Amino acid sequence: MRRRALNITSLIAAAALLLCACSPAAPADQAKTLKVVYQKTDSFSALDNLFQSAKSEFEAAHEGVTVELQPIQANDDDYGTKLALALRSPSTAPDVFYEDTFKVRSDVDAGFLLKLDDHLAQWKDWEKFDDAAKAAGLGDDGGTYAVPLGTDTRAIWYNKKVLAAAGVGLPWEPRTWQDILDTARKIKANDPTVVPFNMYAGKGTGEGTVMQSFYELLYGTGDALYDADARKWVVGSDGFTESLAFLKTLYDEQLAVSPAEALDANVWKKVFGEWLPQGKMGATVEGSYAPSFWQEGGSYEWPEYGTDMGVAAFPTKDGQAPGAVSMSGGWTLAVGAGTKDPDLAFEFLGTALNQKNSLAFNIASSQIAVREDVAADAGYQAANPFVKDVSDLVSVTHYRPATADYPRISAAVQEATEAVITGSKSPEQAAADYDAAVAGIVGGDKTVRK
Amino acid sequence: MPVLPLMRPLPTWRMPAGLRRRARLLPVVPAVLLLLVFLAGPVLWAFQASFTNAALTGRNARSPGWVGLDNYQRLLTDPVLPLSLGLTVLFVGGSAILGQNLLGLTIAVLMRQARKPVAAVVGTAVVAAWVLPEIVAAFAAYAYFSRDGTLNQLLGGLGFGQPDWLYSFPMAAIMLANVWRGTAFSMLVYRAALNDVPADVTEAALMDGATGWQRLAFITLPMIRGSIATNLMLITLQTLAVFTLIWVMTAGGPANSSTTLPVLAYVEAFKFGDIGYGTAVASLLILIGAVFGAAYVRLLREGKP
Repeated sequence: MRRRALNITSLIAAAALLLCACSPAAPADQAKTLKVVYQKTDSFSALDNLFQSAKSEFEAAHEGVTVELQPIQANDDDYGTKLALALRSPSTAPDVFYEDTFKVRSDVDAGFLLKLDDHLAQWKDWEKFDDAAKAAGLGDDGGTYAVPLGTDTRAIWYNKKVLAAAGVGLPWEPRTWQDILDTARKIKANDPTVVPFNMYAGKGTGEGTVMQSFYELLYGTGDALYDADARKWVVGSDGFTESLAFLKTLYDEQLAVSPAEALDANVWKKVFGEWLPQGKMGATVEGSYAPSFWQEGGSYEWPEYGTDMGVAAFPTKDGQAPGAVSMSGGWTLAVGAGTKDPDLAFEFLGTALNQKNSLAFNIASSQIAVREDVAADAGYQAANPFVKDVSDLVSVTHYRPATADYPRISAAVQEATEAVITGSKSPEQAAADYDAAVAGIVGGDKTVRK
Repeated sequence: MPVLPLMRPLPTWRMPAGLRRRARLLPVVPAVLLLLVFLAGPVLWAFQASFTNAALTGRNARSPGWVGLDNYQRLLTDPVLPLSLGLTVLFVGGSAILGQNLLGLTIAVLMRQARKPVAAVVGTAVVAAWVLPEIVAAFAAYAYFSRDGTLNQLLGGLGFGQPDWLYSFPMAAIMLANVWRGTAFSMLVYRAALNDVPADVTEAALMDGATGWQRLAFITLPMIRGSIATNLMLITLQTLAVFTLIWVMTAGGPANSSTTLPVLAYVEAFKFGDIGYGTAVASLLILIGAVFGAAYVRLLREGKP
């Protein structure tokens, strides 16, 4: 009996201990702490360096303030999910965080971001930011909620040696989709073991599929995904079917990687790390940040990339004006709506984005500068041989429609490309299924037939 | 225990029967509390959220609204649902009820007759997969089945074709991986059960001239019926909930061809930020698990003499 009593007591004690451990700890001290959440991966440490530098700078200038850096090790998709989950609760919400431009509007809708207008009005540096880039931080109410770190564009990256071996004249400047196919077939005929021209497709590469492949095609036909004036999603456009048909041609003729390889989420690592450097791929469509992988300190160092690689604008379908097409995204820094000390949080954001830190970040991650004092810097212009080429594409670039429905629509587009390259549907069928999917997601009254 | 000579047995005070019955429940109170907080809580929350349009971001993240049965209505008309249900049944039926269960039983039966070193080696090999944390096991399975993986290198070495398993046969790959990972559990359950079968019963059957198969079918299996039902219930529920393995190996692809219900729920809730819809899928999963659980519990009760 006594032993049993002892057991009961110990059980209760254990339970009490567990419950105590679960209850929130009392605030440790009154010293101010700023929590900063951002993304860090094996191949992306530029942002970590930026925040480390901003932290020491900021802590030196503000006695008693601790900047707590909380890097999240994840890919873009998972980072977005983890950040959104953290933002949902005041106890986990960060004060300053790294935010994808296409999530800004929906996160503003959700009430996660602090409106920065008053702070920006008093921040001298704000006028140095490019106007187009400033737009990336706008909410639906016209207020600014996020400050851009940099932007990017997409272009064709080609291996000059592979193209030269196939007898393609350099520099290669395709004017139409047909030029791309002609060149790709030429490379294939010259060396069947080479992947002539890759474009991502399928759900494996996620946003990469749409940003670095499908949208270049779609926006090059003159059609669009979203009618911003009418605030409606476009369905039934010829351009959509034609874009799918182009991908089908690439994959059916084995001008791109095999469908199985395309659906592997890690295919881009092989593109950057193996196929292009080893001369096993003629060309691919990738972001302006491509050199960040190859330059010194990148994940796939390739000292000769500056001379071996060339860059070309992605052409419109038949060469119609403006002749080229590109897509832009980019990331921003934002302040959490629930921060206890908005002034301090914004001041940290300002430190992180000052000229020195922006410059170092834009160079290290091969981003296109959005501050004019960074863009004018000689070090930035000489950071890699392609800065000018990819920066020029800003004039023909497009942005994603950043509505809350966008991730789901994007997934529907990815699904359509996957169905086409695996041969499970014809481009017409896949486009019709996409139309039905869009109507299901946003409602039939929010679509417009073009 | 030393007994003091002067100690007389104290008159024992007996609690009233009702109170005593209740006092007996006292030790389980902490466990029940923990279960309520960490199991029933989330289940109820998920159930409640499935009637709202709660979202990860956008307007509905700030003020989720009650939408009644909308999510379930949408679920029933979702073309992915029948596919996902079918894949879940295939996955559970193929890799748990048939794969893990039968393979575990076979290994356990064979191990009784195997030599000690053989039994030890087999036992260790099987249990090793069980010891691995799920994420490690998932990566190991991915490395094994992937395009340039171990399996294809072996096949290549033997001169066979090298299909891309995760792309061409995603369900087969994840089912084999789940069998590999989970068989140890069934094997351990059955080894323990077989040890409890009294030797004299088997001997008596042997005397009566029963063959090995007959002894297994008419003596051993009926006697471990209870363990079979328990094991089936546990592995069914475990396999219903498998997520990490599938997510790491195929992420539900290609083109949804390995999207079981847990993967579907995750994708809807966290990739598309539609928590309301995701929890509706999860609620359906809980319901299926509950039906299975109830069926097995019934089987167990009927099994008792």
